[in-house]
Order: sequence, then C-alpha cells, then structure tokens
Amino acid sequence: TLIPLEFSPTFDRMLGFLKKPVVVTAEINMNLVTLTVMGLISRLWGLSYPRAVVFDEVYYGQFVSLYMKRIFFVDDSGPPFGHMLLALGGYLGGFDGNFLWNRIGAEYSMNVPVWSLRLLPALAGALCVPLAYQILVELQFSHCAALGAALLILLENSLITQSRFMLLESVLIFFILLAVLSYLKFYNLQRHSSFSGSWWFWLLLTGVACSCAVGVKYMGLFTYLLLLAIAGLHFWHMIGDQNLSNVSLMCHLLARGLALIIIPVAMYLSFFYVHLTLLYRSGPHDQIMTSAFQASLEGGLARITQGQPLEVAYGSQITLRNVLGKPMQCWLHSHTNTYPIRYENGRGSSHQQQVTCYPFKDVNNWWIVKDPGMQQLVVSNPPRPVRHGHIVQLVHGITTRYLNTHDVAAPLSPHSQEVSCYIDYNISMPAQNLWRVEIVNRESDTDVWKTILSEVRFVHVNTSAVLKLSGASLPEWGYRQLEVVGEKLSKGYHQSMVWNVEEHRYGKSQEQKEREVELHSPTQMDISKNLSFMAKFMELQWKILTLKNEDTEHKYSSSALDWITMDTNIAYWLHPTSGAQIHLLGNVVTWASANIAALVYTCLSLWYLIRRRRKIYDLPEDAWQLWVSAGEICVGGWAVNYLPFFLMEKTLFLYHYLPAVTFQILLIPIVLQHLSDHLCRSLLLKSMFSALIVAWFSSVYFVYCTFRPVTYGEPSLSVTELKDLRWKDSWNILIRKQ
Amino acid sequence: MRRARPGAARGGGPRMPAAGDGQAGPGPRGGPLRRRESRRVPGGPARPAADAPPPLAAARPAALALVTLLSFASRFHRLPEPPHVCWDETHFGKMGSYYINRTFFFDVHPPLGKMLIGLAGYLSGYDGTFPFQKPGDRYEQHNYVGMRGFCAFLGSCLVPFAYLTVLELSKSLPAALLTACILIFDTGCITLSQYILLDPILMFFLMGAVLSMVKSNSCADRPFSASWWFWLSLTGVNLAGATGVKFVGLFVVLLVGLNTIYDLWDLLGNLSLSLVMFGKHLLARVLCLILLPLALYTAMFAVHFTVLNKSGPGDGFFSSAFQSQLIGNNLHNVSVPEHLAYGSVVTMKNLRMAGGYLHSHWHLYPEGIGARQQQVTAYLHKDSNNLWIIKKHDSDTDLSAPSSPVEFVRHGDTIRLEHKETSRNLHSHQHEAPLTRKHFQVTGYGINGTGDSNDFWRIEVVGRKTGKLIKVLRSQVRLIHVATGCILGSSGKTLPKWGWEQVEVTCTPYLKETPNSLWNFEDHVNPKLPNISLDVLKPSFAEILLESHMVMIRGNSGLKPKDNEVTSKPWHWPINYQGLRFSGVNETDYRVYLLGNPVIWWLNLVTIGLYLLITVSTAVALKRGVQLTSELKELSRVVLRGGGQIMLGWLLHYLPFFMMGRVLYFHHYFPAMLFSSMLTGKY
Repeated sequence: TLIPLEFSPTFDRMLGFLKKPVVVTAEINMNLVTLTVMGLISRLWGLSYPRAVVFDEVYYGQFVSLYMKRIFFVDDSGPPFGHMLLALGGYLGGFDGNFLWNRIGAEYSMNVPVWSLRLLPALAGALCVPLAYQILVELQFSHCAALGAALLILLENSLITQSRFMLLESVLIFFILLAVLSYLKFYNLQRHSSFSGSWWFWLLLTGVACSCAVGVKYMGLFTYLLLLAIAGLHFWHMIGDQNLSNVSLMCHLLARGLALIIIPVAMYLSFFYVHLTLLYRSGPHDQIMTSAFQASLEGGLARITQGQPLEVAYGSQITLRNVLGKPMQCWLHSHTNTYPIRYENGRGSSHQQQVTCYPFKDVNNWWIVKDPGMQQLVVSNPPRPVRHGHIVQLVHGITTRYLNTHDVAAPLSPHSQEVSCYIDYNISMPAQNLWRVEIVNRESDTDVWKTILSEVRFVHVNTSAVLKLSGASLPEWGYRQLEVVGEKLSKGYHQSMVWNVEEHRYGKSQEQKEREVELHSPTQMDISKNLSFMAKFMELQWKILTLKNEDTEHKYSSSALDWITMDTNIAYWLHPTSGAQIHLLGNVVTWASANIAALVYTCLSLWYLIRRRRKIYDLPEDAWQLWVSAGEICVGGWAVNYLPFFLMEKTLFLYHYLPAVTFQILLIPIVLQHLSDHLCRSLLLKSMFSALIVAWFSSVYFVYCTFRPVTYGEPSLSVTELKDLRWKDSWNILIRKQ
Repeated sequence: MRRARPGAARGGGPRMPAAGDGQAGPGPRGGPLRRRESRRVPGGPARPAADAPPPLAAARPAALALVTLLSFASRFHRLPEPPHVCWDETHFGKMGSYYINRTFFFDVHPPLGKMLIGLAGYLSGYDGTFPFQKPGDRYEQHNYVGMRGFCAFLGSCLVPFAYLTVLELSKSLPAALLTACILIFDTGCITLSQYILLDPILMFFLMGAVLSMVKSNSCADRPFSASWWFWLSLTGVNLAGATGVKFVGLFVVLLVGLNTIYDLWDLLGNLSLSLVMFGKHLLARVLCLILLPLALYTAMFAVHFTVLNKSGPGDGFFSSAFQSQLIGNNLHNVSVPEHLAYGSVVTMKNLRMAGGYLHSHWHLYPEGIGARQQQVTAYLHKDSNNLWIIKKHDSDTDLSAPSSPVEFVRHGDTIRLEHKETSRNLHSHQHEAPLTRKHFQVTGYGINGTGDSNDFWRIEVVGRKTGKLIKVLRSQVRLIHVATGCILGSSGKTLPKWGWEQVEVTCTPYLKETPNSLWNFEDHVNPKLPNISLDVLKPSFAEILLESHMVMIRGNSGLKPKDNEVTSKPWHWPINYQGLRFSGVNETDYRVYLLGNPVIWWLNLVTIGLYLLITVSTAVALKRGVQLTSELKELSRVVLRGGGQIMLGWLLHYLPFFMMGRVLYFHHYFPAMLFSSMLTGKY
C-alpha cells in the first residue's frame, strides 16, 4: 500500500491499542463491592411492596401499557428513552399491558409484574452509591472522603424512595453520575495515555451516558452542557500546551467531537427510531399529529386514507384539515344555515351560508376542486393536476355553493373578512370565489398539490385575504363550531392559515344526486404514503417540545425555592386501612449539611480567589487545582440541575431537585476533607474535627432510621408516631381521622 | 470593512493551526486601523484624544457636527406626517395626556418615558384633551408635534452617541463615521424615532449609558479626576434612565455591571495599588453605579405618584390601601369602623391583581354546571350586589337591632355570609366548579338566610394568632369552608355568557398561600361602631413602590399571545424577515411601515459572523503562543476587548427575548441592532 506513513505518528498512537494483546488483571476494591451490595439491599428490599400504584407510577404506567400494546402516544414530559427502559422492565416481567392506570393507590392486579417494573429504577438507584464513591476517588480525594460520599447517598431517604418505584429520576441520576465519572476517568487518563483503549472507552462512555441522560429527561441536557463546557475548558488548556503539535491537537479535537457530539446526537435519534418502530398502532394521541403522520400509523386515519389518489386534480373531492390543530383539529365545513342578518352586538352580516371549521368527520366537510373556466365537477381522463399558483374554485359538495369571501366583517373577528358560501341574493354583492392555491412546503414553483403531504394556503384573488381559522368558537347560531375568516393582514406564515387535504377521491358523478351518494361512500383506491424517519422524528420532537398541558395545579406541587430548605414533601402512597405511608422526604441533616457545604465552598473559593489575585497563595498549586475541579463538577452540577427551574413555567415537584441535591451531597465530604487538611493546622484540632464528623455522621444515620418507616412504607406507624415525624409544620404527613 | 479583516492578528501564517481558515497571508491592512496604530504608543495607556495630531483634531469636531446635522435632518424630515395616531402612539400619547391631566393609570412599563412624553407635551402646549382612542384617529387642531419632536430629538442623539462610542473604542475616524452613516441611513431607526413611542427614549438612555461607560473606561488612567467622576456618574444616571423607561433597560445594567466587575478584577490584580485605594475604587463604583441610579429610580416613582393624584382607569389594579390615596376614588378620605363586627355590611376584594369583589346576583348556574343554585362570582366594578352581611353561624338574631351589643369577629371564628340583595348564604359543596374542574363550586344557597351547614366558613387572618380582631382593609383574610376544608378563592378565569363574563369564584382544595385565595374587607357599614379615618392606613412610599412593581411584573407576564394570534419570533428580527405596520389600514391611506434597511441589517449579520471568526482565530493564535508584532498585539487587544464589549451588548439585548413567553414585536430588536451596527462600524 502506498499510504504515506510519515505524518501519522498520532494516528498510529490513536490506534495503538489494537497492537497490544488484551490482558485482564482483576483487582477488586472491597469498599466498592460492599457499597454496591449495601446499595442493592437498601433499594431492592421488599421492592414489590406496596402492591399498589404509587404516585407517578400512575402516569408512567400508562405509557408502559401503551408500549406493551404497541400503541402510539405523545408525552410532553420528555424523550422516550426513559419510558422505554420502564417498558423494558415490563417486557422482561411478561406484562401484557392490561391494567387501568387511573388512580394512585389502586391495587395492582395479578398480571402486573410489579417487581420487574420497579427493578430497573431500583438498580439504577443502587448503582449511584458506588458511582459516588468512584467519582470522589477520581477527583483525587481520599478513600475516606469517597466512602463518606457513598454512605451519604446510601442513607439519603429521598433517593431511596424515588428509586424504589417505577419513576425516572433515579435512572436520570444514574446516567448523570455515570457521565461525570467517565469524563473524570477519561481526563485522568489523558495525561499519560491518550488514545489508549481505556481512554477511548471512557470518552465514548461519557458521550453515551450523556445521551442516555438526555434521553431519559430533558433535565439531563444541562449536565451534558456542563460536561461539554468542562471538556471545552480542558481543551482550551491543551491549546496552550506548546508541546503538542497542531496535528495531534486536531486529532484530540476530532475525537472529542465524535464522542461528545456526534455519538450523543446519533444515540438520541436512535431512541426515537426505536420508539417509532415499536409504536406502530394508532392510539389516543393521534389527533395531535399531522395527517401525514397519522396515515403512517396502523389503524386510525391510515385505514381511511389508504389507497387515495395522491395528486389533487380538477374535480377532486377533498376534505381540508387545518394544520394548526388548536384549539382542536377540525375540517373546513359548511351547512345550509346562513349567518344571522344582525349579530347580537348589532353588526350586520352578508346573510350568506355559513362556513366554519368542524371538529368531527362529516359529509358536509367535503369540497370539490373546480376549474373556474369549466363547468364540470368530475375528474377528466387523464386527470389534470392542480399545481402551485393555480386558481381554483371550491364547491361545497352537498350544497354546491362556492367558497366566497368579501369585504364584510367576520362574525367574531371584525378585523377579518367573512367567509361564506355564496348565495346570489341578486343584490349588489357579486360572487368573489376565486382562490389561488399556494403550496407552502413546495420544493419548486410547479409542484403538484398532493393529498396529505402538501400544506396549502388559499389566497383570495380579489382581496388577497387568506383563508384562516380564527380559533374562536361561534355562538349558538353557528352551533359552537369554529370560526373561519379571510385574514387580510397576513403577517407571514402561521399554521392557522394552512390547510391540507386529508380525504380525497376523484369525483365521477355528473349529477348532484349521484354525487351526494358518492360523497357519503368511503374512499377507496391505492397509494400508500410513508413518511421518512427524519420527518416523523422532527414532527414528534416538535410536538413534544411545544405541547402544553394546561391546568397543572397539584396538591403537592412546590416552588423551586422551597426545595433548598425542604419545606414541602410529597405523599406517595397511603395504606388503605392502616397508617402505613410513603413520603418523599429527604434526610434533613444531609440536606442542611449539603447547603452549608455549598455555602462554605463558595465563600472559601471567593476568598482564595481574591487572595490569589493579590498574589497570596494559601493553597499549594495542585491542592488548588483539585479544589477548583471538584467545585466545577459538584457546585456546577448542582447549579445546572437547579437554577433552570426558576425559568420554567411548568408545575414543579420536590423530586425535580434530586439530581441537584445529589451533586450537593458529593460536595460535603470534599469540603470536610479540605477543612481538615488545610484549615485544621494542629493535630488536636484535627482529631477534634474527626470526632465532630463522627458525631455528625451518626446524626445522619439516626435521621435515616427515624424516617425509614415513611421511606419504605413499613412498618405502619401510630398516630402519635406520625405526629412526631412532622418536624416541619409545612410537611404534610397524612393522619387518618379516627 | 473587508479590507480590514485579514489584518486582524493573522501574523504567524505558516504556524497557524488548521482551525483558522485559509486566509493566512498578511493581506493589505485596513487604512483606519493602521492610522490609529500610528498615533498610539504600543502597550502604553491610551492617550486622550486631545493629543492627536492637529489635522485630525480639526476633522473630528467637524465630522461630529456633520453627523449630528445629518442625523437631525433625517429624523425631523416630515415629522408631522401622518397627522393621525400611529400604532402605539395610541398608548403612549394617551399616557402622556394622563400625566397632563394628573389621572392615575396603570402600565406595565416604569414611568420615566411617559413622564417625559407628558412633559414634552405640556411644554409644547398640548393640553391633554385628545383621546388617542385608536390608531388612525386624526389629531385635528391638537398640538402633537411637540411630543413627536421630543422623541425625534432623542432618536437623533443616538447617531452622535454611537459615533463617539466607536471613536473611543477604536480610535479610528473612518470606523466611527461608518457607524454613524449606518445609523443615519437605517430606515428602521428613522421610523422608530419619529413617533410618540418609548423606544427612542429607551435607546437614548441605553446608548448614553454605553457611551459614558466607554468614556469612563478611557479615563481609567487618571482615576478620581473630574472627568472620571463625571462619566462614571453619568453612566449611573443613564442606567437609571434606561431602566426607568422600560425593564429592557436592565440588560444594559447587566452590561455595565459585567464591565465594572471586569474592571475591578483588573484593579485587584494590580499589586501596585494598595487595598485602600482599591476600596476607594469599589466605593466610587458602588456610589455611582448602584446608589445613584437607585436613588434616581426611586425619585422617578416619587414624582410619578405625586403627579398622578386623581382617580383614573388604573385604580382597579391596585389594593384598597393604595386606592385610598387617589382623589376621586370612593376610598379617598372616607372613614369606616376599624374592626369587623357581626351584623356589619361589607364588601370583600380579592387580593390577586384586578381580583374583583365577591359578588352574587339573582341568576342561577345553568343546567349541567354543578348544582342549579345561585351564581357567585367576582366582579370588578362597584355595585350593590357586592354587599354581604356577616352573621354568626349558629344564631339568626337580627344583630342590627340597636339594642343588641356589638360583638367583634375574631380570627378563627366560624361565620356565615349572607348576600344582602338576595338573602342567600355563601355556600360550597363537592360539585366541580364551572371552569376549574378540580375546585369546588361556590353558590348562593338558602332562603332568607336559612341554609345548611355547608354555609359555614371559618375566617382566618394571615399571620395572626387565634382570638385577634380583624381589621377592615388591612387584614388579609382567608375563608375556609368548614365542611370540606377548601378555601374560597377566585380563579381569575372569565365565565361565559351565562355568568355575564364575570370572574369565576371557586373553593380550592389546595391549601396554597396565593393572593387568589386571600381577601380583604373594603367597605364596612356598621352604624353602631365609630368610624375612623382611613388615613391611618396610608401606605408608606416603600410599600407603594413595591406594590406598583408587583403589579407591573404581573402585568408583563400576563401579556401572552392567544392561540391563533400571529406574532413575530425573535429569530425573525435580525434577518429583517418582516416589518411592522405603523399606520394605514386602507389602501389609500398614508402608510408607514417599520422595516430596517436590508443592506445594513444583513451587513450587520455578516459582521457578527466575521467578528466571531476573527475572535476565535485570534484567541487561538494567542493561546498557541504565536509571536505577534506589537502592532498586531495592540490590534488584537482592540478586537477582543472593544469588540467584545459591543458584542456582549448585542447578545444581552437579543438572547433574553428567546426565553420570554410574552408577546414580542419587531421593535424589541432595535436595541440589539444598535450594537450590531456599532460592531459593523468598527471594521
């Protein structure tokens, strides 16, 4: 081969790991093993108790059922990977999806494999304990500090509660911690063995874990961005390193780009690919999607539209759906009733036939595309397709009146024109029924108007008004149907002005009577329409991001500020008869210490920073570097997982804070070790400090034990015991009335 | 501009990393930048402009005068046209009239801009009688040119400001002239400056702040000199002005703040400066950039509340205590019994903004909506149907009889509220509310005051212990339904026609502390009790200030687009995607359309891209330790520091709009556009 080898020493090194034999040496850290076992015990103990729907299981459960039944759904709370993991649990446990997820506390029927449904989140929660240990070790802190961090995570009641049910937070935290850990491993390998096998492994794992975190919940995105920023910063330092050649810098950049950007994006897409492949049946959320998307699902619209002609031609019989789909999906509609001569507010109308948008399938939704120059209402042979820019008339199928608009104010939107079906009253109001077809998503100006696929605007030729759904619903005289208007001041593109053909057939009947029969009959012909994966992905992604749930008041919702002090709790479950109950409640001592640690860290850092600026160095350089990098991860992780909630308008719950609090907990041992190493100068001080830490740690354990009954839901507590647990007035511990 | 680009820090051609694209050769360097270099001692502190060589020194004032003249000419050209109300003039003109008439109103923006408009109108002889009802109304004989002229004057000042800023940052006359030209000939800027709007005023203060910030930076070599103090405090004044016109001004505060922090950090690292000196620097900045603007901002509101002392259209947005300040309001100078007693006739006002009074009337809830009982709503206007009688829950004796002793209502008492007109009791039960389905329905129930146990409510005062009396107007009260434990509240949703489009009242089972579920007693009639004057509850200025800010913030977040409304999106703005129609609905009318000069706007966009490219490659080159000549080093410093300031300004004034949920308009982009123009000018 003639590949020039002289410029590739770096490539050589990049692939160097292939040249060495694969050697496995086992070295077992008993700390890690013990912690893992303890984590597993704490999270998996009595996992199928309570055998009832606990809190948000009622929400996620319905999606698991839909996965089992392969029915399509849209969930605006996040991307599908988390749901898929839960569904995997159900699949492994042989769940058939038959359970009505309708209320919290409902008893599970025998066919629900509770244990396996809850297994994956519990495993993820358990593995967070050794991950915490490992992260601190990689941050170059002592094994003692690492052990402390792991134990704090282990004894954190809120993390235990959240891990033991079919919920997603523990999975999210697991992936976030995994991403952080693998990045640290990668970074520590960077100095000595770039491009080695393990270097590649940890780098790639960072990317994979990041994309998994984002795939579980969008909150994972912020940790991903944090890691990207840290990686960028580290790379920036590498640029300053004069020992590295430009080529090797380039290789480093490419490797990072591949692992941290391209792979996560590809993984993210693959989640949606699997999601869309799994869910191929039409279901309850179909109507949110466009006609084209619906037609790609089995059943539902596909059954109706299968075999329709693709190209709309003169003489085609069509139904027109508004693309916006808000406030509800609807089709252009007309009926024999006319607009009232005078509205309630005294304004007059044209008294012509009403044109509305109607949210149900109806024979009055059918329109015929007519060539203004010809009289016939049938498709000629061969069909003459309608193209972008053509001028057409739209004839209402049942009443054979023409779609018309004129300079009369619309009933509810007086700034727009009224749209009617023209009735010739023989007064000085001529018909203005010519419409220009504009295909919005055309590729060229000679595009043919296609069923389902084309999004079309109808521009009125005389007044250049655009046919638009105003969104208001008409009063009684209009049967509460939605108002359709001619928008004169069309300011650019808006979906309410865009329509697409949903049902379509070539009209064959010359006579009105025959035509009515034809309109009532179902469509039948054959061309199937398939959307590409990317088109489906874009649409679904867009819907997930823009869908808004309204009326989201909830008894246990809280504001982001309440979380720091843990002013609220969430009651997850209450035993139907006894006082046994499960609450999401953090370990009070841990939360308070975590806050103090964050505060101490910030103040100390500021102090050091200002002193360093004045050229006073309190810490040796490497200790300072450790301190800074620990802060980047822990304080940074806390901030990016917490602060964005202040900008969100959705309903917030205490469990949203858990990823942030995990990072904050990791900070406690870091600060403690720093205090003991650098600020306790004398031996006496050091031993006193250690004694304090032991005392403090036992209080953490004590609180854990105190709240264990409401964490695990057993044993059942008496009323006085429950009252004693109410440490804060704002906590809502459920006490049954006698 | 193109000529200057390759010159920016591209010295070490062969050793450049591949990241900096293929423009390695040291191309012909830009004239303007080179000239600047020749006048500067490399590395030394910036010399004041006065030291410049004589020919240029003469050219500068001339250029400034020319630029100013052109700017004024372009802004004042055909100012009185069109002689009718254009676009938002209908709001801001009207508000100017309110100041002249001294009637109280409410707006989501702070008052300075409108006060200035009002002042300009007053001085130019406008009498405040034009109604400004809708866009397109003719002004007829009313003198509106003064107000427009004022706005145009401030709008014209933008150009010299931008000119001076760029001159200061780049020390290059052609760059400054280019910036000025861009702004003079930008049609969007001209249009926006010609009408009675807040934007020219805002942009004036904003540019003023940037200019004085840049000026004070260049005085950094002689701190605590007179000019240093002058520019620093002028920055503070402009900051107060910008924030006082619109809250968007806060972004420029952020810009100045970041710049100051950077500055201080620099000073801190300067070991030749003692800590005492550093403390002085810090104090001076706190004084000029925090305390001074705060004082001015507060003063602005003081003037606002002093001028507007008559009751007007804004009353309903504010609390009862606030309303008692306004002449003509029915709460002004009235006196009521201080403590709530049984048998009193009262009205209850919901504490949410524009919350309305607890109201009932003879109409029933329609079939299918909860129980078919009498409607209870919240009503914004004063009406005899808002009157309720407080009764004891267990006795029905006529408490108004003169013989019976007065008994006060206490915190924690269980009471019954009887509607005075219809003699029905305030009632709730476990039927779902008409609009908020998770809440319970509230109705009027019973005949002549006899109902059932669902009419009992426990009255509680926020933050008070059991047994305390309840004060009229001052106590915040919640009513807890005894049988179900829910709280009486107003959801803020408007009922359909059957409810006369009044606001829904519900009983919420969620025990949250929100203004929605808090009430206060406003009117209070009890002949047996002595009246006290309401002056005792005169709110302090701090309270008024706080309340008006709360109301403004809520009002701002309340401006959400409706579902099918077409609004422009932030990404439309920089590309000049579509403009904004100012005037002229009909085809024959005189039409005004707000649209940027496409050449300029697209040029600006290109510059931003180029700037980013140059910055990144310069920074990478420096980091890689490429040896640059001192001239190039100086050049890259200007690029990174000066350009950075302007770029940051652009980002700060543009990006935040992506996160706002409210209605956005094209003109929100203009401040950002100013910055991008200055950036263009620099190259």
